[in-house]
Amino acid sequence: MLAMNYRGPYRVRADHNKPEPEILHPQDAIIRVTRSCICGSDLHLYHGIVPDTRVGMTFGHEFTGIVEELGSDVKNLKVGDHVLVPFNIACGACSFCKQELFGNCHESNPEATAVGGIYGYSHTAGGYDGGQAEYVRVPYADVGPMVIPDDMHPDDAVLLTDVVPTGYQAAEMGGIKPGDTVVVFGAGPVGIMAAKCAWLFGAGRVIVIDHVEYRLEFVRQYAQCEAYNFRSLEDPVLFLKKTTDYYGADVCIDAVGGDASGNAMQTILGRKLLMQGGAATALHWAINGVKKGGIVSIVGVYGPIDTLIPIGNVVNKGLTIRANQASVKRLLPRLIEHIRAGRIDPKAIISHRVPLEEVADAYHIFSAKLDNCIKPILIPPSANV
Amino acid sequence: MEHSAERYKHIKGWGVDADPENEPTYPMKQWTGDDHRRRNYDRPPQQPVTVEILHSNERPNVTAVFGTSTPPVGLSGVLRRYAFRYSESSWGHWLPLVLADRVNMVEGIISDLGHGHVPNIFAEKGWKADWKHNRSGLIKRVTIALAVAGGVALLMNRRKNEDA
Repeated sequence: MLAMNYRGPYRVRADHNKPEPEILHPQDAIIRVTRSCICGSDLHLYHGIVPDTRVGMTFGHEFTGIVEELGSDVKNLKVGDHVLVPFNIACGACSFCKQELFGNCHESNPEATAVGGIYGYSHTAGGYDGGQAEYVRVPYADVGPMVIPDDMHPDDAVLLTDVVPTGYQAAEMGGIKPGDTVVVFGAGPVGIMAAKCAWLFGAGRVIVIDHVEYRLEFVRQYAQCEAYNFRSLEDPVLFLKKTTDYYGADVCIDAVGGDASGNAMQTILGRKLLMQGGAATALHWAINGVKKGGIVSIVGVYGPIDTLIPIGNVVNKGLTIRANQASVKRLLPRLIEHIRAGRIDPKAIISHRVPLEEVADAYHIFSAKLDNCIKPILIPPSANV
Repeated sequence: MEHSAERYKHIKGWGVDADPENEPTYPMKQWTGDDHRRRNYDRPPQQPVTVEILHSNERPNVTAVFGTSTPPVGLSGVLRRYAFRYSESSWGHWLPLVLADRVNMVEGIISDLGHGHVPNIFAEKGWKADWKHNRSGLIKRVTIALAVAGGVALLMNRRKNEDA
């Protein structure tokens, strides 16, 4: 089958000879992929900053598809169902899943205990091949996948597998109170969605900080918020203090993670030398830019190695830090209501639709931010939807 | 709140999910007490282990399901096996894995050549997209690379002549 094939940092190709996946467990399903996104967090893999990312692996944790084959224990799906598949691989049985921490399943990732299984996200997240392919194996098929409602556009559905829930949970974890000033670091797809969702929780002011002008312009329109380029601010933390009467934001959201720009030392240590789990520039600004007693919500992805952050300021300011991989399954019902009510329009962030055969160009366009790219989706030749 | 709702009426859905109870652990988890049962839940059936799976030493066994993509091989595989002797809290775990990834990249090129496939590295790096959307940047990069390569060649040639 056709599948994305990772060859090393900044190198991927379309492989026409990848073996098709097989049922390996009675709760497995095989899905024929109809849409697959490239996620901002895939770029961390693409840039080579996530340990145990092996050559030959297929990435992709945001996908929809048609059920082609089912394991003997699967009861809730049938062949032919068109499903969206949350990026978390979750058993539904362990104590974490029972508490709706579906991103923290204890039975889906043997390689690391700090994160649950994620499709196509290195062996640090379980060693699963992902959905940037014609077919993909989906474990625990009765738990994660959801049949796409008839009235839902497939492009909206595929964005419900990660980017929308992650942006929503970023705002939710912020514990936003009506009237709060919420600052979102990062105007990538997740940051855009976090800014949009902050209003749903009653934010009084939403500010997005990034350095890519076309994305700032997009988020201003899409999320009806303020947006600033940190390169023109000189010191974004000082700017935030000044714009909040020298108080600090009520809530800061890190929607960037380890690929942040803006601080030479963080960039060298985190992105060039790989001596820490990424460049924590955005998180540094979030901690220093939030008010005393404020909340910092982290959904940006960092590697598992130690990372420099101003932890002393967390203590002295009495901050609450809330962070997790989005618990997609928990959030889906509410998010579907929001889409139906017209409060969120996910598919509006899709900027590029690329045939799977051109996956190398799609990664480069997204990574280098060419052609005003916001969110690329890959369409396999066998999609037919 | 009503005053605020009026103020933000241009934003569809403003405040519909506002939840004053959202402090500070909800929605991190819906606490059920299951934490205290530890691993005493009904585990799903075990997926047969048909390829080499390295598992964290912070858990007693492999999980009920796991991915079977790209099992450890070659020198990178040796490094990965070594890394898994150490816990996830140790640099001894992560740094060998980062090194293994770089070794694996070279192994990938050797494997390609061994299978008679010369990897088109320019295509793999998406330079076609650069040619379409960032032509001047691409030309600049190639020019700089050629200038550096030319300079190095010139320097080496001069040294060679001096030695002779």
